[in-house]
Amino acid sequence: MTRYVMAIDLRRCVGCQTCTAACKNANATPPGVQWRRVLDLETGEFPDVRRSFVPVACMHCDEPPCEEVCPTTATKKRADGLVTIDYDTCIGCANCVMACPYEARSIVHEAKFAYGDTPIKSEEVRFDPARIGVSMKCTFCVDRIDEAARTGQVPGRDPEVTPACVNSCISGAMSFGDIDDPNSNVSRLLAETQSFRMHEELGTGPGVYYIWDKG
Amino acid sequence: MKAKTLKAGDRIGPRQQHNWDWRAASNFIAGGAGGGVLFFAALASLAGTDVRALLLGGMALIGAGLTCVWFEIGKPWRALNVYRHLATSWMTREAAVAPLVFVCGALALFTADTLFVLLTGVFGAAFVYAQARILSADKGIPAWRHPRCRPMLVATGFAEGAALVAVASPFVMTSAAGQVGVAAVTLGLLLVRALLWRSYLAGLRADGAPEGSLRALAAVDGQFLKFGNLLPAALLLVAALGAPLAGFALIPAGLIAVGGGWLVKYTLVRRAAFTQGFALPHLPVRGRGPAGAAVKPGWGGAG
Repeated sequence: MTRYVMAIDLRRCVGCQTCTAACKNANATPPGVQWRRVLDLETGEFPDVRRSFVPVACMHCDEPPCEEVCPTTATKKRADGLVTIDYDTCIGCANCVMACPYEARSIVHEAKFAYGDTPIKSEEVRFDPARIGVSMKCTFCVDRIDEAARTGQVPGRDPEVTPACVNSCISGAMSFGDIDDPNSNVSRLLAETQSFRMHEELGTGPGVYYIWDKG
Repeated sequence: MKAKTLKAGDRIGPRQQHNWDWRAASNFIAGGAGGGVLFFAALASLAGTDVRALLLGGMALIGAGLTCVWFEIGKPWRALNVYRHLATSWMTREAAVAPLVFVCGALALFTADTLFVLLTGVFGAAFVYAQARILSADKGIPAWRHPRCRPMLVATGFAEGAALVAVASPFVMTSAAGQVGVAAVTLGLLLVRALLWRSYLAGLRADGAPEGSLRALAAVDGQFLKFGNLLPAALLLVAALGAPLAGFALIPAGLIAVGGGWLVKYTLVRRAAFTQGFALPHLPVRGRGPAGAAVKPGWGGAG
């Protein structure tokens, strides 16, 4: 089997938001919607203050609560672990938005552009009316993953078939790949380090692992 | 334009949801009361009461709630897609029960057949239950997914249904005994509702919940108990004891009890619906030194 996951090394992330920008560029998300965000977390009291950067997006869960509640079957989990949305089936009821504990989903009810009502050239080219009024979220750049099946490339190893955020990361904090393949980058990385998954107590089985220390 | 100043960590903690507005809340407010009315109207029919007006009222409430939610969905002309996921989605199941309510209700109105009246009541109760399950399945909203939220919501829907039957009883029930019975049942349900409400609040505080949820629910706690439950309970007691003008005490008692339930549901859907937020069980090691302690910003209670 194949189970695509992402590993994010919190020790390396510098909070530069390059992955956020790369995601916006690759997926043409409208203003105010970020499929990939980097949280800026400041904790503690002077002099013991810590600052951490936490990239978040859709966790592509093993047991996606969004899929369970979706009344239309627009949200589905694929055999390779990716959670997808069929924009032609979704009715935009937002039940999945309420079900997601990771705030990964958004609904935009009207076309929005960066500079007023008129799209700039790049927005005009990439505007997708099918995404208005329905739920949207990070897809792990599913089009690239699917391209791998055609080209024989390996997601997580070959940049052409790897999510844009992973490719863009300047500090190499993100890795992507098949966790069921013991030789993949993510499998080796997760074997060598200590990691956790967000809100694991909720039983969602998120597909994003956060590395916080060595093994 | 001046840029909005964002403090570090502003987007970490739970945030109030804004996707479901008053229209979605109306579905739970009206639909829950409507389903409850149908159930208790069916019970009242067993005592020989003509409940056609109550059935009509219950169906109107459910219809109004569903219409509101239809206006809220992003693609209303695809609404029939809502029937595609009976296997796991309680929203599908709620939508599947609705036509059964309307078909049986219409047959009950036209034929006055006891079987259709009872079936309408059963499907009304199923509608109330499905609505409670919709909220409890939403894992992203801790105040909804708490295991004590579901029974509290079901109890609220039934208490509102009984209260609406109480409002109508001076007009549709000729016997004083019938009115006393309605008052007693409503009184009992208000007691159950109040107990489940307090149990729910205590559970949220004990198990942990976003601070915003706890604040929003605490803000209505006193009003709900005093005006939504105790005041109508006193009026119902007057009615149950058969005091002069007892029948007319049922009307304000029922209306106030319904208002209390609606206040709680509106608060739950709109004001207390805070997201899970983000948490780290370990802060990352940076360079030398140990990892930091776990953080879960914006949560109150023990959790």
